Amino acid sequence: MNRYGLKEKIELRINHATHHIEVDVRDTLLDALRDQLGLTGTKRGCDMGECGACTVLMDGKPINSCMLLAVDVMGRNIMTIEGLAQDELHPIQQAFVENGAVQCGFCTPGMILTAKAFLDHCSNPTDDDVRQAISGNLCRCTGYRKIVEAILDAASRLRRGKRHV
Amino acid sequence: MKTFEYITPETIDEALELLGEGAQILAGGTDLLGEMKRGLATPKRLINLKGIQGLADIRSIPDGFLTIGSLATLSHLAEHPLVAQHYPLLIEALQRTASPQIRNIATVGGNLCQRPRCWYYRHSAFPCIRKHGEGCFAMGGQDRYHAIFGGHRCFIVHPSDLAPALMALDAEVRIAHADDSRIVPLTDFFVGPRDSLTQENILTRQEILTAIRIPVPPDNAYGTYLKVSERKATDFALASVAVSIAWLDTQVTHARVVLGGVAPVPWRVKQVEEMLIGDELSGKRIERACERAVDDATPLRHNRYKVALVKGLLRKALHAAHRSREKGEK
Repeated sequence: MNRYGLKEKIELRINHATHHIEVDVRDTLLDALRDQLGLTGTKRGCDMGECGACTVLMDGKPINSCMLLAVDVMGRNIMTIEGLAQDELHPIQQAFVENGAVQCGFCTPGMILTAKAFLDHCSNPTDDDVRQAISGNLCRCTGYRKIVEAILDAASRLRRGKRHV
Repeated sequence: MKTFEYITPETIDEALELLGEGAQILAGGTDLLGEMKRGLATPKRLINLKGIQGLADIRSIPDGFLTIGSLATLSHLAEHPLVAQHYPLLIEALQRTASPQIRNIATVGGNLCQRPRCWYYRHSAFPCIRKHGEGCFAMGGQDRYHAIFGGHRCFIVHPSDLAPALMALDAEVRIAHADDSRIVPLTDFFVGPRDSLTQENILTRQEILTAIRIPVPPDNAYGTYLKVSERKATDFALASVAVSIAWLDTQVTHARVVLGGVAPVPWRVKQVEEMLIGDELSGKRIERACERAVDDATPLRHNRYKVALVKGLLRKALHAAHRSREKGEK
């Protein structure tokens, strides 16, 4: 049993690196990512778990980082948008660029991470599968059509990529 | 947000000892954190149950029940093979709950214990009766999302999709207490405003909801969950209906009908269940059932449309049940 007071030193595993940071016990994972670690690719939208702009992957699954306390994710593997590209853009990112799926860009990191988790399990999705998968990510530019096309395109890029390996 | 002490017990007994004035259980937190950010919940101590081993397990037990640990996430439950096999009704309800992101964090126990979404309750500017204030702002105010059944000085609706579905499956809940534990039918778990204006279930400050048990449905049972909301995803029900029906030949032998989004508690309509049992599910009988379901509705100024929604949803659900029997599907 552990007890935590106002300020705590915690260990977070983010993008395959271990970080030791001091957080306020009230800080959400989103607060820790943006304010402590400078990982501002994760966006603060509604801060109420409704818009999906703060989506990150926890143990491979998309979650709202505004709805989890930082002290509550110790020991979990977190991936943010900064951890996705290796030497070059990830195929999903490349597909978003080439399909014009980015307008203001605020929903884009969350959309891409949601798409990543989805395409990890579904290699040949339909239009409807994609819409279900991104149903927790709001785009207020309402560019959903291009986003769906980009994810379908990314799926086919990833299938081609696998064949070459 | 006010600060708090954050504690991670490793057993239920430890967690029970930590309960008391100002203490609050943290499960998934998708509802509680929203309440804390808005200043509606101000716990002095947060007891996180995630570290308790086995509390998130889903398993079938020899006596035929499916036991769902209260800390199981909604997505874990929706993906469980036993659920797909025996309780497709639950999957329908879970797929219409919140968003994929929320379902990956939110727990089954937390879903049953979530607080109301009434916009006056959720807004810090309205000191309503459910926040120990005066009166109900929905009365004579903006009441289009409020209750058409069971309101009394307060007209919240219970926001859960899962609760009506579990209730239609005759689920029970296990409640732990330092001295003894109890098992209670889910139908007795929820508390309406006639019994309490400040809490929505029977849990006392010394108790923790630890598991939900569902019996195997009767042979030839059919279940469905239908929901209407303004947005298809990430939205609460304007109205919903969970139905479970079983037959012997053409005669209905078992019926459960539970409505969501229309009353302060998941609203079981026993008078409809009783009239369905013992006869065929004919078109005429379905029409009478739909009328009967809304017999005692008392709509407010702007939510009469919910009466029509309930009738339409129930009609659709009962016709789907009838078709499934004709096809000989389970």
